[in-house]
Amino acid sequence: MKHPGFINSIKDNEKDMFEWSETNFLKVKKIIEKYPSGRKQSAVIPLLDLAQRQNKGWLNKKALEKVAETLSMSFIRVLEVATFYSMFNLKPIGKNYIQICRTTPCWLRGSDKLLNIAKEVTGCSLGETSKDKKFTVVEVECLGACCNAPMVQINDDYFEDLNEDNFKKLLINLKNEKEITKGSQIGRLSSNPERKN
Amino acid sequence: MLKKEDKIFKNLYGEDDWSLPGALKRGIWNNTKDLISMGSENIIEEIKKSDLRGRGGAGFPAGLKWSFMPKDSGKPHYLIVNADESEPGTCKDREILRNDPHLLLEGCLIAGFAMHAHTCYIYIRGEYYNESSNLQKAIDEAYKSNLIGKNACGTNWDFDIFLHRGAGAYICGEETALLESLEGKKGQPRLKPPFPAGSGLYGCPSTVTNVETIAVAPTILRRGANWFSSLGNPKNTGTKIFSISGHVNNPCNVEEEMGIPLKKLIETHAGGVIGGWDNLLAVIPGGASVPLIPKSICDTVKMDFDSLKEVQSGLGTAAVIVMNKSTDIVEAIARLSHFYKHESCGQCTPCREGTGWMYRMMNKMIKGNIENNDIDKLLDVTKQIEGHTICALGDAAAWPIQGLMRHFRSEVERRINENISKREVA
Repeated sequence: MKHPGFINSIKDNEKDMFEWSETNFLKVKKIIEKYPSGRKQSAVIPLLDLAQRQNKGWLNKKALEKVAETLSMSFIRVLEVATFYSMFNLKPIGKNYIQICRTTPCWLRGSDKLLNIAKEVTGCSLGETSKDKKFTVVEVECLGACCNAPMVQINDDYFEDLNEDNFKKLLINLKNEKEITKGSQIGRLSSNPERKN
Repeated sequence: MLKKEDKIFKNLYGEDDWSLPGALKRGIWNNTKDLISMGSENIIEEIKKSDLRGRGGAGFPAGLKWSFMPKDSGKPHYLIVNADESEPGTCKDREILRNDPHLLLEGCLIAGFAMHAHTCYIYIRGEYYNESSNLQKAIDEAYKSNLIGKNACGTNWDFDIFLHRGAGAYICGEETALLESLEGKKGQPRLKPPFPAGSGLYGCPSTVTNVETIAVAPTILRRGANWFSSLGNPKNTGTKIFSISGHVNNPCNVEEEMGIPLKKLIETHAGGVIGGWDNLLAVIPGGASVPLIPKSICDTVKMDFDSLKEVQSGLGTAAVIVMNKSTDIVEAIARLSHFYKHESCGQCTPCREGTGWMYRMMNKMIKGNIENNDIDKLLDVTKQIEGHTICALGDAAAWPIQGLMRHFRSEVERRINENISKREVA
C-alpha cells in the first residue's frame, strides 16, 4: 500500500526551513497547558499535526526537529511517533489529499470502483501526486463511517454515500476549483435510514 | 421495537441542535447536581445494579470497572474516554460525538466524580476532524456555563475535560496503547498487570472507557437502574446503538433494545437485505474482530453478548456487517486480514509476522491458489497467534479467519479443487 504516511525515511533538504508561525506559537502554548507539568511529551501528536498543517500537509526533518525542540524531546522519539501514525506524511502531498476507504464495509458497497474513478479523473496512480500537485490518491483502512459507505476523506472532510456518478462529479468540481459539499452526497442526515430521494 | 420515550440518544441523527441550548431542551445537564449528590458509591452501585456492560467491544460490567479505582491513592485520578472508534463496521460513537456531545460531557462529569477524578481526557481518532471540532465547541460551552471546570455544576467538584486528537492508528483503541499514545509515544500496548486502575496514565489510577458507556450513564441515574435493566435480557440489559452496514437497503445507526433478533433489526430499521432475506449469505454481527455467522444462524439469533457467544461469535461493538449472496466471502475476510496486517503495532512477533502471513495466505485463497492442506496450516497458525500476544489484536486477526473456515470451508475447498484441475489442464 503506497501512502506518504507509511514511509520510514525523512526528507532533509538544506533549503527547508521551519519556524512556528506567530498564531501557531500561541496555539502550541495552549496545547501544552492541557497536560500536567513535566508531561509536555503528551503534546507531541497535536504539535506534529499543527506543524503538518503549517507545512502544507507534510513533515520534513526541520519540522520534526522543531517539534522535538519545543517539547524538549530527543529527535528519535519524535521521529518514532511521526512514522508510527499514518496521518503524518513524510513526503509532500497534493492540495487535495484523497483517502479512499478500502476496508470490507466500504468494499461491499463498491469502494474499488471509486478508486478507478479517482485514478481516471486525477491521472495519478495509487500513492502518487498528480503533476499539477492538485491531487494525491491513497487507499486507507476503515475511517469509521461505515453506515455511509462507500466514503472517502478529502483533507479534513468526509464525503459519504458515494457512487460512481456523484464521486466523479465531486472530483471534477475539485479539479475545476468549484465549490463542493461535504458529508452525504445524497442529502442524507448523518446515518439516518430515511433518505430524501 | 424500542419505544420513543425509552431512547437515550434523542439526537442521534442530528435533526436537532447539537449545541448547549439544544442539549438543555433534551434534558441534558438538567439535574446533574442532584445526581452527583448521590455520592460516588451510590452512583457506582446504581450502575452495577443496571447491569450495564461496556459498549466498546469486550462487554465488561461497567459498574465493576469503575469500582476498581482506588478511593484514596494520593495521586491524581484520570478518566479517559476512548473515542478512537476504528473497528471496521462501527460508526456509532461518531454520531454521539457530533450530534449529542453534551450527553457525553455530562456522563464524563458524573463518571469522573464517581472515580474521584478531576481530569478527563477524551481521545478521539484523528480522522474525526469535524466531530472533534463539534466536541471542542461543546466543551467550551460547558466551561462557559460553569457546567465543568472549577466547582462544576455547583457541586464543589473541580472537573476539567481535555480533548486529545489521535493520528490514525487502530491499535490506540486498545486501552493501554491509548495511554501510551496519550503520553506522547508510539501506541504499543502495555503488559497487564498492572491494570490502568492501579497504574495508568502517567502511572496514576486511570479508567479507560468507551463513549457510549459514558453517555448512557446520566440517563441510567435519572431513570433508575431498574428501568435500564427492564430492557433487554438478564445480564444483557438496556439499549444499544447498532451500526448496520453492507448489503442492506438503508444502512443506518439505530438505537434498539438489547437482544433484538438480528432478522428483525435488519428488516425493521435497515430496509432489509438487498435482494431479500433469502439472498443473505452471512453477517459479521459485532465489528470486524468477531467471527461471521451464516444465514442459518442469522435466522434466529438475538443480538446480545451472551446469545452471540453461544453461536461462537460476539456482540463486540454491535456493528452489523451484512453480506448477501453477491459477496465474494473469501475476499471479504481477506480484506479484514489486510486491515489487521496494516494495523498491527509490530510489538509481538506472532502478530507482526502472523498477520502478514495470514493476509498473504488469504489473498491466495481468493483464487484458490493453494493446496488443500493449507487450510489446516492456516487454521493452525491462527491458533498460534491467538492468546500469544500482549493485546487482543492478534486474537481479533485470527477470529474472522476461523469463522470463515468454520462455516464456509466447503467454499474455499471448492475454489482450491477448481484451481487444481485448472492447473492440471495447463
